Amino acid sequence: METLNFCFDSAPVLKGASPALCGVVGSGNLEILIKTGIEPAACRVCIKTSARGFGETWQAVLGSFAASHAAGGTVIAINDMGATPAVVTLRLAQALAEYQGGGQ
Amino acid sequence: MSLALAVRKSWFEATARARVAGLLDAGSFHEILPPAVSQPSPHLAQLELPGAFDDGVIAGSGRLAGKPIFAIAQEGQFMGGAVGEIHGAKIVGLLRRAAQEKPAAVLFLIDSGGVRLHEANAGLIAISEIMRAVLDARAAGVPVIALVGGSCGAFGGMGIVAKLCSAILISEEGRLALSGPEVIETVAGVEEFDSKDRALVWRVTGGKHRYLMGDCAMLVEDDIAAFRSGATEFLSGWGEPAPSIAHLRASQQALEKRLAAYATYRDGLQVWAALGVAEPENVPMLDRDSLVAVKEGLPT
Repeated sequence: METLNFCFDSAPVLKGASPALCGVVGSGNLEILIKTGIEPAACRVCIKTSARGFGETWQAVLGSFAASHAAGGTVIAINDMGATPAVVTLRLAQALAEYQGGGQ
Repeated sequence: MSLALAVRKSWFEATARARVAGLLDAGSFHEILPPAVSQPSPHLAQLELPGAFDDGVIAGSGRLAGKPIFAIAQEGQFMGGAVGEIHGAKIVGLLRRAAQEKPAAVLFLIDSGGVRLHEANAGLIAISEIMRAVLDARAAGVPVIALVGGSCGAFGGMGIVAKLCSAILISEEGRLALSGPEVIETVAGVEEFDSKDRALVWRVTGGKHRYLMGDCAMLVEDDIAAFRSGATEFLSGWGEPAPSIAHLRASQQALEKRLAAYATYRDGLQVWAALGVAEPENVPMLDRDSLVAVKEGLPT
């Protein structure tokens, strides 16, 4: 297992208060928990992943998410079992939508 | 009950959270120890394995057709729904609370291969505590209903737990047994049981077989709405019987008769023929309603 921590600049999230969870820690999948943080223009991410050595890929995928979504003021915790970048991108968007009360 | 596939929401394919959301009255579920305030398993972390925030089980209260109920749902996609220390403690805690608060029922959405071997004795102790807690809840008059239809079925210690519940509702896709097919093949050899033969696995452990044998009270479609209506219907006619020696003796006698009648058989087909099913080879292809009709027409 590898633990990775990142912090990205991101526009403040529009709304959202109650924590949201999506995904399952199953093969090729991951779970994402979004909670409210204390820095309005930063998105902090902590990842625990079973696949070692993919730090740069995580940085690219998460950086792209933080740049294209207003995710500032959130803390994101991820438990990963080898999800592909495409799955991670979809789950991040889904989790943010649920955090903002959007559902699926 | 045969619904168009398009409007069905498969229980088998749904996550534990989706099952709970569709099973209970809309918006009524209140989760105890939700992911945001609970901790992943420290045992898995020590083994360098990522955990799940809810440790693979969801527990809480809600309503079913207006009645207050408790619900427990195992997530089969996380470590095969296996029971670890925190996972087990959440289940035991809710069952003990049920014995005190006396909801109309506890719905136990089982989807598990049994003990989480990574947690060794902690997992084994958790399973035994769950068994005791199920019996204590029932002794307090609270029915505990097992719903089995997930990809992991109910095996190992959770197979025993399922049988300790007041009743089991199962789908054709659901499976119920003690040792899993792969375990039997590993221990006793492929001549004893071929776990790659999926049709055989279902003829021996699957929902139709369990229903025909009388192990499960109800056979339902692989559909979240069907589990909901099945559980609602079952609870409306169920009163938890008072524990009695006479009842235990009768159960023991039935099991002994069953062992004497079927112990030498190798396949569900033989058992169904002995039960009096006219065309046992057709059973795997029957839809739910036709299978229920076959069961109801059997000699008692």
